[in-house]
Amino acid sequence: MRYSAFSIVKNALSGNLKWKPQWRQAEPKSHYDVIIVGGGGHGLATAYYLAKEFGVKNVAVLEKGYLGSGNVGRNTTIVRSNYMLPGNEPFYEFSMKLWEGLERELNYNVMLSQRGVIMLYHNDGQRDAYIRRGNAMWMEGVAAELIERDQLKKMIPFLNYDHARYPILGGLLQRRAGTARHDAVAWGYARGADRHGVDIIEHCEVTAIRRENGVVSGVETTKGFIGCGKLALAAAGNSSRVSEMADLKLPIESHVLQAFVTEGLKPCIDHVIVYGGGHFYISQSDKGGLVFGAEIDGYTSYAQRGNLATAEHVMEEGVTMIPGLSRVRVLRSWAGVMDMSMDGSPIIDRTPIDNLYLNCGWCYGGFKATPASGYCFAHLIAKNDTHPVARFLRLDRFARGYAVDEAGAGPQPNLH
Amino acid sequence: MASLITCPHCGVRPKEEFAIRGDASLVRPAPTASDEAWHDYVYVRTNPRGRTLEHWQHVAGCRRFLVVERDTFTHDVHSVTDGAAFARENGR
Repeated sequence: MRYSAFSIVKNALSGNLKWKPQWRQAEPKSHYDVIIVGGGGHGLATAYYLAKEFGVKNVAVLEKGYLGSGNVGRNTTIVRSNYMLPGNEPFYEFSMKLWEGLERELNYNVMLSQRGVIMLYHNDGQRDAYIRRGNAMWMEGVAAELIERDQLKKMIPFLNYDHARYPILGGLLQRRAGTARHDAVAWGYARGADRHGVDIIEHCEVTAIRRENGVVSGVETTKGFIGCGKLALAAAGNSSRVSEMADLKLPIESHVLQAFVTEGLKPCIDHVIVYGGGHFYISQSDKGGLVFGAEIDGYTSYAQRGNLATAEHVMEEGVTMIPGLSRVRVLRSWAGVMDMSMDGSPIIDRTPIDNLYLNCGWCYGGFKATPASGYCFAHLIAKNDTHPVARFLRLDRFARGYAVDEAGAGPQPNLH
Repeated sequence: MASLITCPHCGVRPKEEFAIRGDASLVRPAPTASDEAWHDYVYVRTNPRGRTLEHWQHVAGCRRFLVVERDTFTHDVHSVTDGAAFARENGR
């Protein structure tokens, strides 16, 4: 059913009893052309673009839990394309452009809100770095604005401008960036993929990858063996575990990242604000809650829960930036497992096994990449060739000496 | 994550006194080892879900490097050994 104003009126008149489920509860067939492991944003987007753009219709998405139960339902919903390196910026800008057309594309309200993302600077060195980053963005055709202190004070009056250690001197603003409704992205892609014939199989965990003559022939799952022509892994924090089934070791460590939401408030924070003295970021959801987070906890973990000391640290950063936050009550917190790569940038690539494809290493920035990740991964799977904007995001880049290290932190995943 | 770590030199201390360096199961290759061996050592991780060995430095205490054995899923800490003692025991 196509959603429209007309469909809302029509269903209202029949008591809203005739709405159909947004996707079928599919049972696995014995064989698919492509199996995607992981029913999160990236897996579902890959399935959608495979079926819609690249004409590969016989596709299954296997999800071990319920749809969108991983990081696509656990992030802070920020979308932006303000990266610096030429290996990243065209990719994320491609994603930003897909975001801008996504609601029309999916016929689904993903509540994209281009409210602007502003990253604050606190000293001259940071100002220089942001000018450089802004220029790098302009070179890729992406608008960036340097907002100086006086102008910023008019835009965002409630910041702690005169903090002794981290005075706020200004910020780098990308106006087109903003937020989107994370669950709706998963549901919208699932509905879109389903409409193009993709089988979405929930509660179906992959337990082994079967190989014959050096290529993948299928996967053992909790719902039995399923054969496939090509296997695509989009398992985020569990990428190392899934690829281990094919004897692949990855340049990935799984870390835990926490996020928080406060009680609902009247509209007060109009942008996404990122603190430059730490890693704190905050925005206000349409329900009114302030959604925020900061650094990863710093230790490897597969548990979807974090440490209280990190929670305290995040709150301290927030109150340093916005003193008024100290009066707001936190409603709940949660955590997700991040596939931290060795340079902080993702991997969309083939593997040493011919028909096995890999999509991982999203660190804590995977949500904004969802559309481009899906598109580029689908391109790779369908054509066996890398999409031009993802050409730097290769698995073998470390061996070749082409790490894409935005933070300049080196091969130390808990520092990215 | 456990909130307390038992340092073999300083006793029970809060986890925030320690800095985490990373996987301690890796063995540094010889300087003349192949590029592949060095690549695997620097970039590739087993990333287990379960028991793991990690280098932790007690930066706000004795400043010794320690080897912490803990579980990445339950967050239990099983043992904490001094780094030098661990290396001797394992013939490194």
